[in-house]
Amino acid sequence: MSHLDQVLLLSVVLTNFVVLGTTRLSTCIRAVAMQGFLLGVLPLVLHPTAGLTIIGLSIGTVIIKALILPWFLLWAIREASVRREVEPLIGYITSLLLGAVAVAMAFAIAGRLPLPGQEPALLVPVAMSTLIIGLLVLTTRAKAITQVVGYLMLENGIYTFGLTLAERVPLLVELGVLLDVFVGVFVMGIVVFHINREFDSISSAHLTELKD
Amino acid sequence: MNWMPLVSLALVLLLAPLLPGVATRTRALLTGRRGAPVQQLYSDLAKLWRKGVVYSTTTTWIFRLAPVAATVTAILAACLLPLDGREAVVSFSGDLIAFASLLALARFTLVLAGLDTGSSFEGMGASREVTFASFAEPALFLCFIALVRATGSLSLTGMLGGPLSDAWPAAAPSLLMVAAALFAVLLAENSRVPVDDPATHLELTMVHEVIVLDHSGPDLALILYGSAVKLALFGALVVGVLLPRAHLPAAASLAVLAAGLLAVAALVGVVESVMARLRLDRVPQFLVAASALAFFAVVLLLW
Repeated sequence: MSHLDQVLLLSVVLTNFVVLGTTRLSTCIRAVAMQGFLLGVLPLVLHPTAGLTIIGLSIGTVIIKALILPWFLLWAIREASVRREVEPLIGYITSLLLGAVAVAMAFAIAGRLPLPGQEPALLVPVAMSTLIIGLLVLTTRAKAITQVVGYLMLENGIYTFGLTLAERVPLLVELGVLLDVFVGVFVMGIVVFHINREFDSISSAHLTELKD
Repeated sequence: MNWMPLVSLALVLLLAPLLPGVATRTRALLTGRRGAPVQQLYSDLAKLWRKGVVYSTTTTWIFRLAPVAATVTAILAACLLPLDGREAVVSFSGDLIAFASLLALARFTLVLAGLDTGSSFEGMGASREVTFASFAEPALFLCFIALVRATGSLSLTGMLGGPLSDAWPAAAPSLLMVAAALFAVLLAENSRVPVDDPATHLELTMVHEVIVLDHSGPDLALILYGSAVKLALFGALVVGVLLPRAHLPAAASLAVLAAGLLAVAALVGVVESVMARLRLDRVPQFLVAASALAFFAVVLLLW
């Protein structure tokens, strides 16, 4: 087993922490784009001798997760001119700590799961921590965009988990990518709707108050 | 008798005042200014040493004790670090806790001295300093736990001396994360930019500078020297984790240490010129992120 896949998987967890810790939406989106890119490259590293299916999967993932969706999200925050997550339900420090707990839990549980045992080390714990942290972001952030980012992370976790089976059940993983596209389009509608609604509520009357 | 630990200790104590100068100079060069000469702190120390001391009538002996304590604890902590890459001047099992406590003691006396002046402004600075420290220390200890786990030794000499180079191939990602977290702790503990700005004298934004505001003359020189040594210590920790030097000949090891310290100082300067200072309430978040990084390193090592 190469070291490169471990570096990729650990970087995925680090991008999770970036999303948890940052207040800036653009950093959030870039982190999730980075995560998409890392996960896109991952199948090529895991199965270097693989055929066309894996290469297609890899290219498809990179295009959708690292280019199209982030581009769309960046466009959305530019259009709605929201720059920061204002009021997360759980503060940044607490969510970072919860994220650390989630990672510890994922690593503890992953060792005990009854798996076929052919998956590379780190793949399952990383998948599970991405999944849990995605869920955390999805449920505790107030802005629609951050919730979408959380949803994407959740999906990234599922995708990573699917990679354990990539050689045997390529169709399943491809369906996962297709689901991505569907989610992308689906989420677009929600985002634009939410942002528009939020945007309306920001009236200029609020701008007369001085805030720290 | 092996003289190398003492020689390297002397080298670090001599080199220490150079590091803030290198950081400031790097920052100046990167932001398009010429900047103060690198050896500025040496001149400052010499100047301050020749001056007289002014004591406020509200202060007690604590105020006079603090500068001495700040320097002495820093030098004692330096004795615990294996600066030559092999062994420290003093070493015993569990000395990493002594190392952290010595640094905490320095901060404690400085904070007390700040409070001793009876100025509410210094009280505010003291409160901020202690708040940040309480977030920096868990990060430092998590880094130590990761190193203990990687090397199986409970003393700084055992951790950073021999076995770390053997631990590198297996635990490279964890050790890199530990080094990054240590660097974040370095920035916080030495009041560098994302946490505090050593150059600012704007009342609202000062943190560390506040509590030493009333010290003057040789007292201030001692405090400045103590903090320079502290920067060198954390720099040596980062260098020690990134470049285990147990297999190098002694002279080469010292050269690597000196170069590494200068590189860390330059990196501090780079960080200072590319990053804005964090808002006060964002600082704990920065340090908790460093802790999370170190914690992740520990989890990886336990797995």
